[in-house]
Amino acid sequence: MSNKTDSNIYTVLFAIGMVIVVGALLAFTASSLKERITENKRLEKQQNILYAMGVNENSENSASFVSTDKAPELFKEYIKQQLVITNGNDIKEDDNAYLIDVKKEQDKAKKGGVRQLPLFVGVKDGKSYYIAPIRGKGLWDAIWAYVAMDENMVIQGAYFDHKGETPGLGANIKERFFMDDFIGEHLMTSGEFKGVTVSKSNADPTNKDKTDHEVDAIAGATITGDGVAAMIKKDLALYVPFFKSLN
Amino acid sequence: MGLLSKKDAALITDPLADNNPITIQVLGICSALAITAQLKASIVMAISVLFVMGVGNVVISAIRNIIPSKIRIIVQLTVVAALVIIVDQVLKAFAYELSKELSVFVGLIITNCIIMGRFEAFALGNGLWRSFLDGIGNALGYGIILIIVGFFRELLGSGTLLGIPVLGDPIAKTGLYSIGYENNGFMLLSPMALIVVGIIIWVQRSRNKALIED
Repeated sequence: MSNKTDSNIYTVLFAIGMVIVVGALLAFTASSLKERITENKRLEKQQNILYAMGVNENSENSASFVSTDKAPELFKEYIKQQLVITNGNDIKEDDNAYLIDVKKEQDKAKKGGVRQLPLFVGVKDGKSYYIAPIRGKGLWDAIWAYVAMDENMVIQGAYFDHKGETPGLGANIKERFFMDDFIGEHLMTSGEFKGVTVSKSNADPTNKDKTDHEVDAIAGATITGDGVAAMIKKDLALYVPFFKSLN
Repeated sequence: MGLLSKKDAALITDPLADNNPITIQVLGICSALAITAQLKASIVMAISVLFVMGVGNVVISAIRNIIPSKIRIIVQLTVVAALVIIVDQVLKAFAYELSKELSVFVGLIITNCIIMGRFEAFALGNGLWRSFLDGIGNALGYGIILIIVGFFRELLGSGTLLGIPVLGDPIAKTGLYSIGYENNGFMLLSPMALIVVGIIIWVQRSRNKALIED
């Protein structure tokens, strides 16, 4: 190291220069790629919703979506109605309801505002699916899900995802062996909302008992599992008045 | 090796064994514990670090003579962070699926002490080519340990490799499970990663006594 680089002035100038260069570089990358990234996220939402109602390209063990170029078309074909529910029973139709940001709505509700609840009505093989987006907290960061239910709030399919759960442990909530366990689980017991708990003492390894409100937990992912259960309890309960009005 | 001189080749081969970043230098332990419950995650992490180490070491080496020594750590941190974020953004735009796969690794790469360690110990004092080789070598050495640990943790903890069941079905009791074998859930938790790394260190040092410190 020469003496020149040790002076305070040089150090400060270098720091300023570095911040400008790196900042400009990051800003340039972010703004030039923004459009593509937003589009990718939009398509992903459509793919997630379709996945939950069983429109997917799953092979034996792995979960895979319909391809991005087919997603908008299939979304139009299967999703018959997009609803926005406010105040429990106030229902509006909105063709862009799937773009509603669940996180922003949760924040709104926290501040005392009125939360908009999006709900997508899909029809496949003559059967109706009601798909709700929900969001909660895992161990490290956000987790979210799209849950497809029938008129009686029996889960027909679910897609879970996460921002930063531990790979191999909490991140496994987006694996088939976990998500598929939810299929057929009842959320209601004799008119009362109970949710589904991610349980360590389920004692039902093949998940035959669909009315026990429990699915098997993942070893080493207790907090993520608890987050999933809490998210279902908290967010899906908000849809109960709507489902009651159906029957 | 015609392409590399003997000294240069040593930069690649040394970290693979006798100067391994994890088992000898004891760097990058945190990420080795965190993400080795599955073989696939280990491989993804190994490739990501390979990329960041290779490019990062070259960048640091290129600007080594103009970095003010007082803030060199901050400069190194900025370089890694900027690199990783740019890669993440590009992946999000052009390979969205892959970027989702990598989500959590991005943060883990930035905090990986192997990267800072090699910048500080090597790239600041060596030329571009040698720094590049050193980066690749250390990332490979790190990757190998990750993959070995991931292999055993996934095999013994979940009975699968890369998500494919290899020991039979634990619920239907087929294959190895039919004779009473059980998956060891403890393998999935971080302490077992530490123990597996410990066993690797033990094996390595008992084969090469020169590595044992007093």
